[in-house]
Amino acid sequence: MPYSIPKSAIEIAPPPRSPWLDARQRFMRNRAAVISLAIMVMIALVCLVGPWLSPHAYDDTDWNQMGIGPTWDHWHLFGTDELGRDLLVRTLIGGRISLTVGVLATLVSVLLGVAWGSVAGFVGGKIDAFMMRIVDILYAIPYLLIAIMMVTILGRDFYLVVLTISAFSWMDMARVVRGQTLSIKSKEYIEAARAIGVPTYRIIFSHVVPNLLGIVVIYTSITVPGVILTESVLSFLGLGVQEPMTSWGVLIHDGANVMESSPWMIWFPGAALTLTLYCANFLGDGMRDALDPKTR
Amino acid sequence: MSDSKQTPNDALLQVRNLQVQFATNDGPVYAVNGLNFAMQRGETLGIVGESGSGKSQTALAIMGLLARNGRATGSVDYQGRNLLALTEQQLNTVRGSQIAMAFQDPMTALNPYLTVERQMTETLQLHKGMDRKMARASAVRMLDAVKIPAAASRIGMYPHEFSGGMRQRVMLAMALLCEPAILLADEPTTALDVTVQAQVLALLRELQQDMGIAILLITHDLGVIAGLCDQVLVMYGGRVMEQGSVGHIFHQASHPYTRGLLGAIARIDGQGGPLVPIAGSPPQMGQLPAGCPFAPRCTWADGRCDSQVPALQDIPAVQGELPMRYWAKRACHRAPEFLNFRLDGGAAHG
Amino acid sequence: MADLKTPLLQVRDLQVHFPVRMAGAWPWAPWGKVKAVDGVSFDLHAGQTLGVVGESGCGKSTLARALLHLHPATVGSILWNGKQMVGASKADWMAVRKDIQMVFQDPLASLNPRMTAGQIIGEPLRIHRPEVSAGDRAQKVRMLMDRVGLTAQQVNRYPHEFSGGQCQRIGIARALILEPQLVVCDEPVSALDVSIQAQIVNLLAELQKDLGLALLFIAHDLAVVRHISQRVMVMYLGRTMEIASREALYSAARHPYSRALLSAIPILDPEIERNRFRQLLAGELPSPLNPPSGCVFHTRCPQAQEKCSLDIPDLQLDVQANHLACHYPDARP
Repeated sequence: MPYSIPKSAIEIAPPPRSPWLDARQRFMRNRAAVISLAIMVMIALVCLVGPWLSPHAYDDTDWNQMGIGPTWDHWHLFGTDELGRDLLVRTLIGGRISLTVGVLATLVSVLLGVAWGSVAGFVGGKIDAFMMRIVDILYAIPYLLIAIMMVTILGRDFYLVVLTISAFSWMDMARVVRGQTLSIKSKEYIEAARAIGVPTYRIIFSHVVPNLLGIVVIYTSITVPGVILTESVLSFLGLGVQEPMTSWGVLIHDGANVMESSPWMIWFPGAALTLTLYCANFLGDGMRDALDPKTR
Repeated sequence: MSDSKQTPNDALLQVRNLQVQFATNDGPVYAVNGLNFAMQRGETLGIVGESGSGKSQTALAIMGLLARNGRATGSVDYQGRNLLALTEQQLNTVRGSQIAMAFQDPMTALNPYLTVERQMTETLQLHKGMDRKMARASAVRMLDAVKIPAAASRIGMYPHEFSGGMRQRVMLAMALLCEPAILLADEPTTALDVTVQAQVLALLRELQQDMGIAILLITHDLGVIAGLCDQVLVMYGGRVMEQGSVGHIFHQASHPYTRGLLGAIARIDGQGGPLVPIAGSPPQMGQLPAGCPFAPRCTWADGRCDSQVPALQDIPAVQGELPMRYWAKRACHRAPEFLNFRLDGGAAHG
Repeated sequence: MADLKTPLLQVRDLQVHFPVRMAGAWPWAPWGKVKAVDGVSFDLHAGQTLGVVGESGCGKSTLARALLHLHPATVGSILWNGKQMVGASKADWMAVRKDIQMVFQDPLASLNPRMTAGQIIGEPLRIHRPEVSAGDRAQKVRMLMDRVGLTAQQVNRYPHEFSGGQCQRIGIARALILEPQLVVCDEPVSALDVSIQAQIVNLLAELQKDLGLALLFIAHDLAVVRHISQRVMVMYLGRTMEIASREALYSAARHPYSRALLSAIPILDPEIERNRFRQLLAGELPSPLNPPSGCVFHTRCPQAQEKCSLDIPDLQLDVQANHLACHYPDARP
C-alpha cells in the first residue's frame, strides 16, 4: 500500500477561535482591566441617567442653600456651589460633557489618524514623506495658542471644542498607525494579496486595516484620557463650554478658587475625573495585554 | 569509532531518566520524558526529531539553561556529579569550560554589540584566568583552527560583519576555546546553505579528531546524522522512539516512525521513487495524546497504542559485540515481525 | 513532444537590479546596484515542472517575484504565451495574474491572520470574477479544500488554528482557485517539518498531473526538487549556470557548481556518507553588489582558468537539449 491515512490523522481540531475571541478571553483574566471597565460603564450610566433622577436641575440656583457642604438636606449630597446650584447634578452633567467630548473627539482623531497613517505608510515614497511632514508641522504648533485663537474668533461652541481637541490628538495615532502599516506592508500575506492582483485601496482596506485594529484599540484607550484631560484644561482656562453648562474642567477650575473655604467643590469633580482617568488607563493596559501580538 | 565494551560507569556523560517539565498557564507541559544515553570521548551522539520532539530542551536541560518555569529531573552524570543537582555557581565552573554549547542561530546567539574578540576573550578570562593578551592569542589560534581567513585582523570585527557560515564557525570557535570535553551543538547547520553546511560538518569532524571531544548533535536532518554520528536517538513527542548505533538506525530501523521518516525524506541517491509521507502533523507539546505520541499518525496503531505509553525496550538481536550504550532499543507495542517491514534498509515500507 | 509547441513561458536574459544606497557614502554619491538577477534564461512548457535551485543570494526568490511583477524586471524579456510582459501595463498584468499564481515560503505568514480559510481561498475569485455569486464561490472553495486535503468544517477557522502543513495547503488552494496555467512555488516546503514536506510535495505533484499545471518549483534542497521536476535550473549569484533534465543533472551534472552542490548533499547511508569524496568549495559567496568579472563562479571554481575571469560564458545548448554556461565543462580539477 502506498500509504493509508490512519484513522486519527485528521486532527481533532479545537473549536473555532477568532483572534478577537482569544483577546477577549485574555482580557477577562485581567482583574484590574475588567473592574475598570465596569467602573467606567457605571460612571457613564450614572452621568447619563442621574440628572433625570435628581430633584435639581444643573442650573437651579437656590439662594437659601448657597455654599453649603455635603448634606442630606434637600438631597445636596455633594453640597452646593456659591450660587446654590447642586454640585452632584453639576458633576453628573459635567461628566456627560467631558465624556461626550472625550468620545467624540477620540472618534474623529481615530478615523483621521488611521486613514492618514495607513495611506501614508502603505503608499510610501514621496506621498508618505509629504503626509508625515504635515504631521510634523502640526506637532510643532502650540495647540493652546491655536485653541485660544479659534475660540476667540469663533466663539465657544460645544462642537468647536470637539473640533479643536481632535485637531491636535490625531497625530499620535497617525504616527503609530503608519509605523504599524510599515511593518505589515512587508509581511508575506500582503505580498500574496498583490500577487493575486488585489488593488491597492482594497489591500489597505481589507488586509492592512483589520490587522491594525489591535494597535488602534490600544491607542484609542490611551487617547481617551488625554482628550478628556485636554478638555478639562481648556475649560479650566475658560476656553471650554459656555456657562451655565459645565464640565469637569470647569468645575475643577471653580473649585480651585474656593479650595480653602469649600473643599468639597474641588474634591468631588476632581475625584470623578481622576477615577475616570485611572480606569481608562487600566483599561488601555488591559487591552494592550489582551491584544499583544507577541503571544500570537 | 567505538571502544570495547565499557561499563556504564566509565562513560563521559551518563544521562538517566531525564524528564523536563514546564509549568504553564494551561497546565504542565512534559517536554521530555525518560531519556537514557551514555557518551564516550571522541564520539558523536545525534538526537533527531521534528518540531515538538523535545530535542532542544534536552540540551538546554543538560546545560542548565531551561526557562524559569522549566524543571529537569533524573540524572545527568558528568565526572561523578549530577549536573541537575548542582547550584548555579557550581554549574558555571562546568559550563563553558568542560561542556560547551553552540546554538542554532548564530546571529542571535552572538552579541551584536560586542566584537568577536571581546566575546571570545571573555570566556577565556573567566574560565582560564588568562590576561587579555594571552586570551587574544588563544582566540586567534582558535579562529584559525576553524578556518576563518585572516583571523588576526578579523577578530576585531562585529558579528554582523561575518557571513552566516563564518558566524557559525565563530560560535564553534567560542564553544571550543576552553577545550571542553563535550560540545552540545543545537542544529548547527540548519540555517546554512548546503555547501556551507558541508564545510562546517567537515570542520566538526576534523576538530573532533584533533581534540577528542564528544559531540551531542541535535538536528532534524538525517543526512547530517549519517555523516557525523555514532549513536542516534530518534525522538518524537518528547519520547525516544528508537535508539541505537547509526548503522542500526539507517539499515535496521524497526520503529514505524523511524521507517516513516526514512521513507518520507527526499534522497539524492537511490532510484528516486515516490516519497511516502507520514500523514498528520507533529504534536503540540501541550497536547500530547495518552499512550504512544506517534499513535495518531501510525498506520499500525491499535487500541493499546492509543492508551498505553510503550516502554523503551532492548532489541535483543542487536547487541552482540557492541558496547552497551550502542544497544538498540525501541518503544513500540507492535513487535517488528508483525509490521510488514522490508528489513533491507530501503526507503519504502508497507 | 513539448518542443513543438510554443513554450508557456520564455525568459531571456532577465535582469532585476535593486538600487541601494552605499553604506557610509555621501548623500549625493551615486547609488550602488544589487544585481539580484543578472542574466537568467529558460523555457517552460505547459504541464512541465522546472525546478530552480541555488543557495542564498542566487536570486531565485527575486526571479519568482519578477515573474509575477511583484518587483519589476529591469532588463530582459519575459514572454508569456508569446506576449511580452516586461514593461507591460498594469492592466495587462492584471489579465495575466489569473494565469500565474504563487505559493509562498512561510505558510503561516502568507495568510492574513484576520481572515478565515474560506475567505483567504475565495479572495482571488472575488477580485477576478466578481460576477460569481457568493454561493457558487463557497462551493468552489469547499471543493478546493477537499482537493488539497482539508475538511469542509475548517472553512471558518483562522490561520493560527492550523498546523504548518495545513496552512500551506490553504496557500495552495488559494493559488489554484482561478485555475491558473502556471504556479510559481517559492520554497513551498522549506519551512515545514520533514514528515510534512513529503505530503506537500506529493500533493503538488498530484495536482500538477490532474490539472495540467506548469510548475516553477524553487527550492534550495536539491533532493526535494528531484522528486517533482522534469528539468532543473541551477542558479548562482543571479545567473543561470545549468539547465538540464532531471536524469542528466543528477547523474552527470556538467557545471562545476552543480557538481559541487550535488556533492555537498548528505547521503542517507552512514558508510557511504563518511567515505565519499566531497567537492568542497573554497572561499565565500561574493556580494551581489560587486559580482566577479567574467564567470561569476570563477572565484570559487575548482577548475577555473584565466579565460573564466575575463569572459562571461554564454548559456549554450548541447546535444541533449541541456543548457550550460561554462567555458570548460567536463574538465575534472
